[in-house]
Amino acid sequence: MNALATSLSLGHFLALGAVLFCIAVAGIFINRKNVILLLMCIELMLLAVNVNFVGFSRHLGDASGQVFVFFILTVAAAEAAIGLAILVTLFRNRRTIDVAGIDSLKG
Amino acid sequence: MDPTLLAFYAFAALAVLSAGAVVGVRNPVNAALFLVLTFFSAACTWILAGAEFLGLALVLVYVGAVMVLFLFVVMMLDIDIARLREGYVRFLPVGLLVAVAMLAEILVLIGVRARATVPFADNAADAIAGGGPGNTSWLAEALFTEFLLPFEVAAVILTVAVIAAVMLTLRRRVGARHQDPLDQARVRAADRIRIVKMAPVRRAPEGVAGTDTETTP
Repeated sequence: MNALATSLSLGHFLALGAVLFCIAVAGIFINRKNVILLLMCIELMLLAVNVNFVGFSRHLGDASGQVFVFFILTVAAAEAAIGLAILVTLFRNRRTIDVAGIDSLKG
Repeated sequence: MDPTLLAFYAFAALAVLSAGAVVGVRNPVNAALFLVLTFFSAACTWILAGAEFLGLALVLVYVGAVMVLFLFVVMMLDIDIARLREGYVRFLPVGLLVAVAMLAEILVLIGVRARATVPFADNAADAIAGGGPGNTSWLAEALFTEFLLPFEVAAVILTVAVIAAVMLTLRRRVGARHQDPLDQARVRAADRIRIVKMAPVRRAPEGVAGTDTETTP
């Protein structure tokens, strides 16, 4: 374990995942107007989680982490497809994708 | 310093920078291109760590499919058509930047993997260099034995997502002629023909009563 600082280790991956996740959260707060950018930020968050999974899987030598990354990729692809379909439907009906304009459900 | 670690720092820095660009740029097309670069850099770090299958799957699924879907939608919704219409030259710098960065990453990855120590050497039994079965078969063993049911569920989820996406965006045109297979399968004979009992219009001739023919010999 003295090679912790000189070779690739778990901490590097956790740091990368944390930075990516924080950027994605900041992006959701910054881009309050555009639904497409919000979807992209959600994809970034999922990527950060996946980085953590891969790092832990390699650290512990357990295949389950990488299998979970596989499932997360599946669900994220489905989510992106349905989200973009909803977006297209929304744009057809409202002619805008401004988040501030979508308040029909507000009582 | 370890070349693997140096390469990881380079990839991670590129991933973080392009993620910041995704959040920062104003144009959604540029944001999608930078998101491609982010995913590609993350896939490079995974390959560096020895998760080759997932790295390649990330490139195939995200860069190949999901990001193209994003670009399609961004281009199709004419959000800012005056700026989008300026066309090709406008996105050339960003596209070129993303492509060159990905090429550099591939080259660094090949160079590092060609002559580098195996990362996570304390449990390198699953790495090819350690004489193990390799990452892909290691992953497949777990996926097809322990996680077989979730694997099937994932397939069902993808199917449902496909059907949902199509149903959401399907536009029914008014006045277009189309078949309805449900109606076709459900039809019965009574819907197609109607047997009407009618009184005879002309009286039968007197001499040939009892027969129903009216033909002349």
